[in-house]
Amino acid sequence: MALPDTAIDGAEIDRIIDAHMHLEGPLLPLLHALQHAFGFVPAQAMGPITAALNITRAELHGVISFYHDFRDKPAGRHVLKVCRAEACQAVGGTALAEATLAKLGLDWHGTTANGAVTIEPVYCLGLCACAPAVMVDDRVVGRVDTARMDAILAEAGA
Amino acid sequence: MKVYVPMDSAAKALGAEDVVRALRDAAAQQGVTLDIVRNGSRGMIWLEPLVEVEIDGVRHGFGPAAPDDAAAILDNSSAKALGPVEDLDWMKRQTRLTFARVGVIDPLSMDDYRAHGGLAGLRRALAMTGQDIVDQVKTSGLRGRGGAGFPTGIKWQTVHDAGGPQKYIVCNADEGDSGTFADRMIMEGDPFTLIEGMAIAGIGVGATRGYVYLRSEYPDAIRVMNAAVEIARKAGVLGADVLGSGRAYDMEIRVGAGAYVCGEETSLLNSLEGKRGVVRAKPPLPALEGFLGRPTVVNNVISLATVPVIFERGAQHYADFGTGRSRGTATLQIAGNVARGGLFETAFGISLGEVVNDLGGGSASGRPVKAVQVGGPLGAYMPVSSFDAPLGYEEMDKAGGLIGHAGLVVFDDSADMLGMARFAMEFCAVESCGKCTPCRIGAVRGVETIDRIRRGDGAAIPILTDLCETMKDGSLCALGGLTPMPVMSALTHFPDDFATQKEAAE
Ligand SMILES: Cc1cc2nc3c(=O)[nH]c(=O)nc-3n(C[C@H](O)[C@H](O)[C@H](O)COP(=O)(O)O)c2cc1C
Ligand code: SF4
Ligand code: FES
Repeated sequence: MALPDTAIDGAEIDRIIDAHMHLEGPLLPLLHALQHAFGFVPAQAMGPITAALNITRAELHGVISFYHDFRDKPAGRHVLKVCRAEACQAVGGTALAEATLAKLGLDWHGTTANGAVTIEPVYCLGLCACAPAVMVDDRVVGRVDTARMDAILAEAGA
Repeated sequence: MKVYVPMDSAAKALGAEDVVRALRDAAAQQGVTLDIVRNGSRGMIWLEPLVEVEIDGVRHGFGPAAPDDAAAILDNSSAKALGPVEDLDWMKRQTRLTFARVGVIDPLSMDDYRAHGGLAGLRRALAMTGQDIVDQVKTSGLRGRGGAGFPTGIKWQTVHDAGGPQKYIVCNADEGDSGTFADRMIMEGDPFTLIEGMAIAGIGVGATRGYVYLRSEYPDAIRVMNAAVEIARKAGVLGADVLGSGRAYDMEIRVGAGAYVCGEETSLLNSLEGKRGVVRAKPPLPALEGFLGRPTVVNNVISLATVPVIFERGAQHYADFGTGRSRGTATLQIAGNVARGGLFETAFGISLGEVVNDLGGGSASGRPVKAVQVGGPLGAYMPVSSFDAPLGYEEMDKAGGLIGHAGLVVFDDSADMLGMARFAMEFCAVESCGKCTPCRIGAVRGVETIDRIRRGDGAAIPILTDLCETMKDGSLCALGGLTPMPVMSALTHFPDDFATQKEAAE
């Protein structure tokens, strides 16, 4: 887990926790909100969350580590999710993914040295009729070929 | 001038936003005033972005539109003109019940929704008893569209009959299956239909609260659904007094966190409660002990979004479509290496071959079709020799597959079926919730065993077959239990793909 970062605002953590306490099953919305605010789930939030929800650190860690979405350290400035699932594979998705990783010199979940892009696998974006598909942050792109991928990477500053 | 450009994410992924900008620029230059409606997608994804221009009250299509088509679209001189959209073969051949409004209306206009039959079903339901509502759903023959095909009315009956101070409606919008996007399209294109269906379910079984568990991979759908819930609350469709009936129903959108297994209903409920998304043993059924241990209806998006039209047009009207025990319509999602991919709603019973070759137009690459994976990553790879099989729950089962969420992924003859079998095992290993050994460990062994076959070790083939038997018999849920389906169908129907390496090595 990442070392405590002094730039993380403890009051902001408390405010986010408070804002979710009225929900039934508050933990996932709370973790999403923390990650939205800080770019990851900060280690400093562990204590306050376990106290607020009356769960153990082990339970909390178990939840965070179960889900692919949550990260314990910051990602690059942009997250590029490349679909690896079957419909994308049917139209060359695997070759595209491998070429992209090779071009960036990264493995899955890696971040470019300049901190611009983190590349992650995703299993279906619901764009299976216009595959291969990727998502850059929240923006979807379909029928991605090498040229379009190059444009995406250039725009993201990779 | 009234112009429609979809805000569906497939249309966006193909450049709809750039087309909108170009249309505005072109309109400014031509001095015309544009009224751009951001509709859902008509489902003809190969024509997206599909721009529609209303000419004398008829919507004419232009697509697939690129930004430099804008000027010609506006002065009706474009080579991309398709004529009236409703007259297109793809549209005329469908039976659009669940998707009747998708692509037609502004998804976030309650007025549009009402004008196209929206809320009529809920009004009818509000005049009925809970038991009458459940009986209507039984009569319709509706079965779960999430994969298992369980009769929806029977599930509702169990929750209706259960006691307790609080019951829930949970919509499964995890749609993790590759090749499926019907849930996404309806949430982006007609979100009020899902809300209305959930409200009817709530009134029917006596549940005053609901949740949509929506996968995080769908940011556009999340945005539209959240907005729609707000609008529905303001319009009195949701809240303490649903449409002035004195009955309460309200709901929230919850976002998943990137775990495929959370589409399994008990894993989903754990996740919704803020726990690890581990599958629960059944019994107890979620219908009796679901969210927070309380009686809960868990239904797929399409199951729930089909409820309003059943109440609007009548349960028997719905049941009159279909074949055998598969009543009503299937919302087919045609994807992968296919010339015309998209969403096509039609009565159950259409053959696999008609969908792939006739509707889909064969492969996109122009090469011969080799296989179609039906029903997502846990579905079988169907060979061309099975193309006579009708699409229905029992019918697909008989043909050695499953219909699942009705996604069809087409592969041409360049597909490496050993590679696809390996991927199925790899996917299961990555996404396993970890509860059972045959799934958690078996899938890893499966990848290794297929790699041995790839290296020419023919003795690994019976090991793979045995492993699949073990996974099938020893898994708690269908992730471990059905991963053998794509693996064994690939091995059985495409033995050459598993033999070539061996022969080459000899
Ligand atoms: C691994 C796995 C993943 C599943 N994913 C989904 C899904 O994404 N959406 C869905 O509606 N059902 C999914 N299901 C099926 C659900 O467990 C459940 O049957 C369904 O939500 C019930 O709703 P229905 O009766 O309306 O189909 C999945 C099942 C398994 C075993
Ligand atoms: S089969 Fe796999 S995913 Fe399903 S309960 Fe067992 S370990 Fe979990
Ligand atoms: S399989 Fe890639 S978007 Fe669905």
